[in-house]
Amino acid sequence: MPETTLGGRPAATRRVEWRAVVAVSLGGGLGALARYGLLALWPPRTGGFPVATFVTNVLGCLLIGALMVLAAEFWADRRLVRPFLGTGVLGGFTTFSTYVVDVRRLVADDAPGLAVLYLAGTVVAALAAAYAGSALTRLLLRARR
Amino acid sequence: MTPLLVLAGAMVGAPLRYLIDHAVQSRHTTAFPWGTFAVNACGSFVLGLLAAGALDGSVPGSVLALLGTGLCGALTTYSTFSYETVRLFTDGARVLAVVNVSVSVAAGFAAAGLGALLGSLIRG
Repeated sequence: MPETTLGGRPAATRRVEWRAVVAVSLGGGLGALARYGLLALWPPRTGGFPVATFVTNVLGCLLIGALMVLAAEFWADRRLVRPFLGTGVLGGFTTFSTYVVDVRRLVADDAPGLAVLYLAGTVVAALAAAYAGSALTRLLLRARR
Repeated sequence: MTPLLVLAGAMVGAPLRYLIDHAVQSRHTTAFPWGTFAVNACGSFVLGLLAAGALDGSVPGSVLALLGTGLCGALTTYSTFSYETVRLFTDGARVLAVVNVSVSVAAGFAAAGLGALLGSLIRG
């Protein structure tokens, strides 16, 4: 079990592990392709709710909550699981910059109510999803024993 | 073609986030996730700049796919931001969790706005 600081981060190690950098790059590419796929599935409409990015961010948060519990339980000795799946795939899948720019665009498109709904709705749903992902995974693991 | 541009941008953006986060986190000992804060603010600035340019046609779609959807999309992260916030909250640092959300979102908007402003200054 790696030493963690408050906030659940691994204690900062002095050296960058280059195998991890490659794992993050490969995972990030895959995650971004999945995000692009959802954008193609639900193309953004002018003045419309950004469905694809909303689903992407909430789903990614649910999955990271589950992943962190599973990684600590089953893959504590696998050093590339969290860089590849967490920092890479889920980090590349979810996006903060598109969220911010989409809110700005809704304001510019004269849909301030939708902008506020999307702004607050993403924060609330994402945090609830991250919490639920961890809590549900812990429950399932306990039930299995 | 577009998926390849997104892939290429993300394969640079994601490891860049990892390296920036690593560099920032090894330089402080507070519980605040400054690393994620930094990448999200930086990525929002660049995407603000690109998005404003894309609207008036001065940034072509291919550049937006490579640097916007690909690089900035993967440089910034919502999953780590949420996970770190939840961990702060459940570890008892509730005030810090609330501060993290409000400061990260405010900084993201300020950064994207500055990016858009810089873009309009460049284009004249």
